Amino acid sequence: MGSLRSAQADASPSAKAAASPRASFVSGLKTGSGLAAAAFLLAVSFGAISTSQGWGHLAPVICSMAVFSGSAQFALLATLGSGGGITGAVTSAALVNSRFIPMGIAVAGDLRGGRIRRALEGQAVVDGSWAAAHLGGGRFDRYLLFGATAIQWPAWVAGTALGVVVSPDPDLLHRLGLDVLTPALFVALLFDEVRRERINRLPALLGAALAAGLIVFLPAGPALVGAALAALVALFRAPAAPAPPPEDVHRVHSDEQVAP
Amino acid sequence: MTLWLTIAAVAALSFTCKAFGPALFGGRTLSPRVRSVIAFTAPALLAGFIVVDVLGPRWSAVDLTVLAGLAVVPLLLWRRAPLPVALVAAVAVTALLRIP
Repeated sequence: MGSLRSAQADASPSAKAAASPRASFVSGLKTGSGLAAAAFLLAVSFGAISTSQGWGHLAPVICSMAVFSGSAQFALLATLGSGGGITGAVTSAALVNSRFIPMGIAVAGDLRGGRIRRALEGQAVVDGSWAAAHLGGGRFDRYLLFGATAIQWPAWVAGTALGVVVSPDPDLLHRLGLDVLTPALFVALLFDEVRRERINRLPALLGAALAAGLIVFLPAGPALVGAALAALVALFRAPAAPAPPPEDVHRVHSDEQVAP
Repeated sequence: MTLWLTIAAVAALSFTCKAFGPALFGGRTLSPRVRSVIAFTAPALLAGFIVVDVLGPRWSAVDLTVLAGLAVVPLLLWRRAPLPVALVAAVAVTALLRIP
């Protein structure tokens, strides 16, 4: 889909490799702008709610700069707000962030440099950027990841600051339907994944089912780690994979052998 | 003071979660089987993000206006609408349905 991945949309594997870092980064900025708009609105409500809970003016902004994870920060707010104390708050935020472990493992091979450099590069992984940077076949475009995150971070921090200063009624954002923006973007990214490679329908359905079941009794983070486990079905179907549909051969597997 | 300590601890944990995979699993060639698992994490997790966001803890966040707005997105994208159009339409549908 051109609008989601302009630099990669028409890319054959060879073109992918040839896409310049600059073009990928710019493509990341474009993809990231929609994510940044959603992040901005979410951050406004984070700023407003945290201020109303007595965080003061500085702490919400510093928190957004340093943590940069909407779901973890809202978990932090909810736990501290309900008297959960420091241990409860840190535990719930850590659980939420546990999904970055499988996501980081997935992207690891496409980052550069030694351990420390890769660990730093891995900080660019946030949900939307990670999904947008997925080229298919388990490969990630590192510069697209950087670009998509580079535009979201300032939006996240600026939105928090605006929320702290203006403190809009959280109900207003809800009435305007703006809370639908974040899941709508994920629906668009998923639609793109599934249309590009029809084989992706299986893990998507399994991931959805696992998440829906696990969220009944687990916090969001572990439920997402459980959803990620749906990817293990690849182990069962890969060896038996019949000749994949033509576009799969072309797009996904041509630069690595079709599974043995 | 507690607040600042909490923020610092969460920031450190967040850094560690994101650093874990890249620091330990990078710099090696992966077998095609592992690659195929990694390839599947994207659709599996994307579907998970949507489901977790829409349902909420114990399915407490289910909201028909959100579901209606989200349903518009694949429909419009399938009809070749540009992404911003699909997103604005989703927000508009949800907002319209919320008019009391």
